[in-house]
Amino acid sequence: MSAAIARPRRARLRVEASLSQVVAALLVAAFLLAFLLVPVGRVILTAFLDPAGGFTLVHFADFFRTSLFLESFWNSLYVAGLSVVFASVLAVPLAVILARYRFPGRALIATLGVLPLVMPPFVGAVAMQLIFGRNGTVNLLLMDWFDLRLDLMEGLNGVIFVQSLHYFPFILMNLAASLSNIDVAMEEAGQNLGARGLTLLRTIVLPLSLPGYLAGASLVFVKVFDDLATPLLLNVTNMLAPQAYLRVTSVGLADPMGYVISVILIAVSLAAMVGSGLLLRGRDYATAQRGGGGLSQRRMTGQGKLLAWLFVVPVLFLVLAPHLGILLLSLATIWSFSPLPDAFTLAHYGTVLRETPQFLTNTLLFCGIAALIDVVLGVVIAWLVHRTKLPGRALLDLAAMSALAVPGLVLGIGILRTYFDTRLPGGDSLATWWGMLIIVLAIRRLPYALRGATAALRQVHRSLEEAAENVGAGKAATLARITVPLMAGGLAAAFVTSFATAAVELSATLVLVTRDVDAPLSYGIYIYMQSAAGRGPGAALGVIAVLAVALCTWAAHAVAERERSRRARTSEAQEAA
Amino acid sequence: MSVEVEAVSFGYGATRVLEDVSLSVRQGEFFAFLGPSGSGKTTLLRLIAGFGTPDQGRIVIGGRDMTRTPPWSRNVGLVFQNYALWPHMTVGQNVAFGLERRGVGRAERDRKVRAALDLVGLVHLIDRRPAQLSGGQQQRVAIARTLAIEPEVLLLDEPLSNLDAALRAGVRQELVALQRRLGLTTILVTHDQEEANAAADRMAVLDGGKVLQVGPPAELYDRPVNRFVAGFLGTANLIEGEVSGGIFRAGRAVLPLAEPAADGPATLALRPQSLRLARVAEPGALPARVLRAEFLGGHLRYTLDLDGLTLIAEESHQRGRAPLAPGEAIQLVVDPRQVSVI
Repeated sequence: MSAAIARPRRARLRVEASLSQVVAALLVAAFLLAFLLVPVGRVILTAFLDPAGGFTLVHFADFFRTSLFLESFWNSLYVAGLSVVFASVLAVPLAVILARYRFPGRALIATLGVLPLVMPPFVGAVAMQLIFGRNGTVNLLLMDWFDLRLDLMEGLNGVIFVQSLHYFPFILMNLAASLSNIDVAMEEAGQNLGARGLTLLRTIVLPLSLPGYLAGASLVFVKVFDDLATPLLLNVTNMLAPQAYLRVTSVGLADPMGYVISVILIAVSLAAMVGSGLLLRGRDYATAQRGGGGLSQRRMTGQGKLLAWLFVVPVLFLVLAPHLGILLLSLATIWSFSPLPDAFTLAHYGTVLRETPQFLTNTLLFCGIAALIDVVLGVVIAWLVHRTKLPGRALLDLAAMSALAVPGLVLGIGILRTYFDTRLPGGDSLATWWGMLIIVLAIRRLPYALRGATAALRQVHRSLEEAAENVGAGKAATLARITVPLMAGGLAAAFVTSFATAAVELSATLVLVTRDVDAPLSYGIYIYMQSAAGRGPGAALGVIAVLAVALCTWAAHAVAERERSRRARTSEAQEAA
Repeated sequence: MSVEVEAVSFGYGATRVLEDVSLSVRQGEFFAFLGPSGSGKTTLLRLIAGFGTPDQGRIVIGGRDMTRTPPWSRNVGLVFQNYALWPHMTVGQNVAFGLERRGVGRAERDRKVRAALDLVGLVHLIDRRPAQLSGGQQQRVAIARTLAIEPEVLLLDEPLSNLDAALRAGVRQELVALQRRLGLTTILVTHDQEEANAAADRMAVLDGGKVLQVGPPAELYDRPVNRFVAGFLGTANLIEGEVSGGIFRAGRAVLPLAEPAADGPATLALRPQSLRLARVAEPGALPARVLRAEFLGGHLRYTLDLDGLTLIAEESHQRGRAPLAPGEAIQLVVDPRQVSVI
């Protein structure tokens, strides 16, 4: 065969990217590189470098030779594992009742699924001490009545207790969603073939709901494993995250142990996420079956109802305990060694507003800007990924989403390591500048905003954009006039979610904030809670934080609902036409 | 403006969608791309609008090479199959958008918006939102939005597919009337042969990314170039056989041909309504047997056996005339002038 005939048709390289797209992508990439990838990369690198700059594993050897670190490592695993167990004990029955039974308390259960999330665990921790602690309400009453004491809040127990109560909604919501996604026909097919009762549950329902459970459980594990603020507030330091924090803040940035622990935190988080992902591979049944009405909801027997109430009511009490506790504490004159406060006052709120109003204004400013950055970045990344053919665009998405696997503490340490020696004109460090805190908050919450923006963009039919291009609008005009306005509802929800979660972020904040005047709300609560006299004002700040987060959560939900119904109306009208 | 598609090929990755497509649409013509789904007709329309760049070939509009011109610089109006009205804008804002992009002043813009809506008879709905309109009204707004920019070419992507069957014929007639009034070069994409037949001056039948035949609807119907075109445009009896000396033979059936045809294997296309069913013997008639009879309202469709060949014949329904029964023997009269050789 001659070369002339055999020569394949040369594929023309089609670069369908405009200059502005390339510039946008490069700007986003530079941002992610500077404030996420490089800092985290430096943390990882530092863990493997000897003082001369060579590669070494000696720091890891040191880590595993030091009994305190080993103990911390096992403690973190133990706490995260048991938190998953206890969170499951709370969540699984609730999810089953919610998804499978006609139960009058369904709304109550749904509320249970949200209440803990609006209260940052470190805020609840102090209140839990007052209610369940050694000399808390419950133990004082138990001592009076039965001469009995429960060590619920002692050491690791306290962390497990607080975390399980805070994070069980993740399992509840994921499991309930996957239970109600099971097509009723699946279950009926099982019944039709002769299975019933426990057999049905074991052979059909459990395997089909496993993905939802695992998704929730792995999330709880990772969150608890990485958490810094809750153990610190409970004075538990023999866990990994507090150890890393203490090494970096007390021994110094040059100490390798902080970095080694950071690497271990990332590795375990990644392992949990990847592990659950592998377990779930090929088992994402829920998306394969659409249209089914969900599991048939069956009537409960009187006995069943009684059992359900006997479970739901105590759980409600547990869930409300930190809320009630923090509210009482914020209104209490003195609350010590007594089941309830001695007297009530509004003075703590006055103290907070008078002496440290900056905690509130800083939070509004920092988190507002951070959420705005998130929404802008989310739109740009989602648009580049889903609406252009830019080479390497998937990497942008991956890089932004990778923030999920980076504990706040680790990002904080990385920022310190990378930018501590860079000085601002005033002589302050760039790493502890308040602007940097905004950037870090933005990076931390970017995955949520990006998911929101991506979902919103998917709702915008391509033809709506093409119609604009067809009548003369360029890419930028189309994005501004058609795409973004149509995404508005989803973006508003993303903004509010980013704002609310940034407002109660404490792990990176603890590492990066050096001055009270630059501190946000969450840091303020932490500072106040350090002293007995500050507990009242700290609780008052906590109540304000909870109310703000609750309000934002409600607003995000309301916006999303309105959007959904608007969409439903639109498609109805189109179908009816 | 005329539209020339010159040797255009297009694909997504390894999937070839259009293969060496050439055709030309004349100034002021109502042209149709007709083909089944997956034939590439919508892709071709989108390439003309600028959504996608051909791998090879050129697209010339009004004598200018537009192959690499972005959609917003083409002045080619596309009416989307799903209308693609912007739900966050009123009808008026939808129609005004393209004029805004062109920097048309406010007063002039308002005038043109009203004129465009007037063309489709919807000025009174100018402040409504798309969600408040019926499907038919949404489509008219989509057309008005496109016409407002005074496009050089109007592209219609399956404009009738989202409408109730009862509305379709009326909307089709309105579209044709509008096109005639504006003298606007128009390309209609459809999978519905009736729609293309009724509306188009000329049409192209596409299948598998290739243009099979171009011409006026009746010509394509009467003289299909291949089995696909013959079968896609209405029902056709396709009979495999041999031509020799101006006579077509298939099994024992023999048909003289009215038009000259080359000797050799050939396929004969015969429309069902071209077969006349005689109740009594006639000279030149072929004896056949009824296999199945279907009453379809305006006409009856018979499946016939002619010496082993299965043929479809249609006869208009007349009150009082008894339908033929399966098993009945009849005489088949074929007019050689109605036969085409593929």
